[in-house]
Amino acid sequence: MGTILHIDWTRCDGRGLCTELLPAVLGRDDWGYPVARGYQGRARTDVPIEPRDEEAAQEAVSLCPTMALALRKAASRGD
Amino acid sequence: MDEAMWAFGRASGFISLALFTASVLLGIVNRSGRPLLTLPRFSISILHRNIALLATVFLGLHVGSLMLDPFARLRPVDVLVPFLGSYRPLWQGLGTVALDLLLAVVVTALLRQRIGPRVFKAVHWFAYAAWPVAMAHALGNGTDAGSAWFLALAVASAAVVVGALLWRLSATFLETTRAREGRPL
Repeated sequence: MGTILHIDWTRCDGRGLCTELLPAVLGRDDWGYPVARGYQGRARTDVPIEPRDEEAAQEAVSLCPTMALALRKAASRGD
Repeated sequence: MDEAMWAFGRASGFISLALFTASVLLGIVNRSGRPLLTLPRFSISILHRNIALLATVFLGLHVGSLMLDPFARLRPVDVLVPFLGSYRPLWQGLGTVALDLLLAVVVTALLRQRIGPRVFKAVHWFAYAAWPVAMAHALGNGTDAGSAWFLALAVASAAVVVGALLWRLSATFLETTRAREGRPL
């Protein structure tokens, strides 16, 4: 059972706080929006989070200025 | 003791306004999405919140001490209902207006995760209205309003806040403006 960081793209404004808190997980595209490193498709919206990054992910959820992030428990890591 | 409460009310009011000014400026930098010098974006966000909460604590001390002061004689009703006070009711009432606005801002900010971004953001705009009202209250009511150092600080902070506001309203305010308008990075 893993943790995923869900990005609500209808709220995300690419303000960059999450990419600072999770530099190994999230990069930033040219327009400022977060891009999950090493993932394509659905996993860029529901980003798998390693246990070592969970604390930082929780910080990102609470500090996101547009409240676009949520942490969820995923049954499988499925691609 | 009488003098002490008055002095404490003066000092705490001044500190609260200074912290509130810093909080407004940090809030504007926060909104721009830009890091500030060596501070990353999330640090600006946390600093903005903590300085605002500290300003609220001093606002509580300011009002509390003047409720105990025999000259100001602030009654419980004066804390929330403006313009009923005994000492310069107009200027004191402006302080009450600012307190009411900031109370709404602080409560909705603390409940942000529950009430959602729309209500939070709508109410957060009140901060822009509260700042000049609080400054007017300080200038009209404050014992130190006549002194040169206070006026100099008031003029300086007003200039910085207006400058930040003009920057806020400018076309290139957001860090991502250039990229999103398709201009070269």
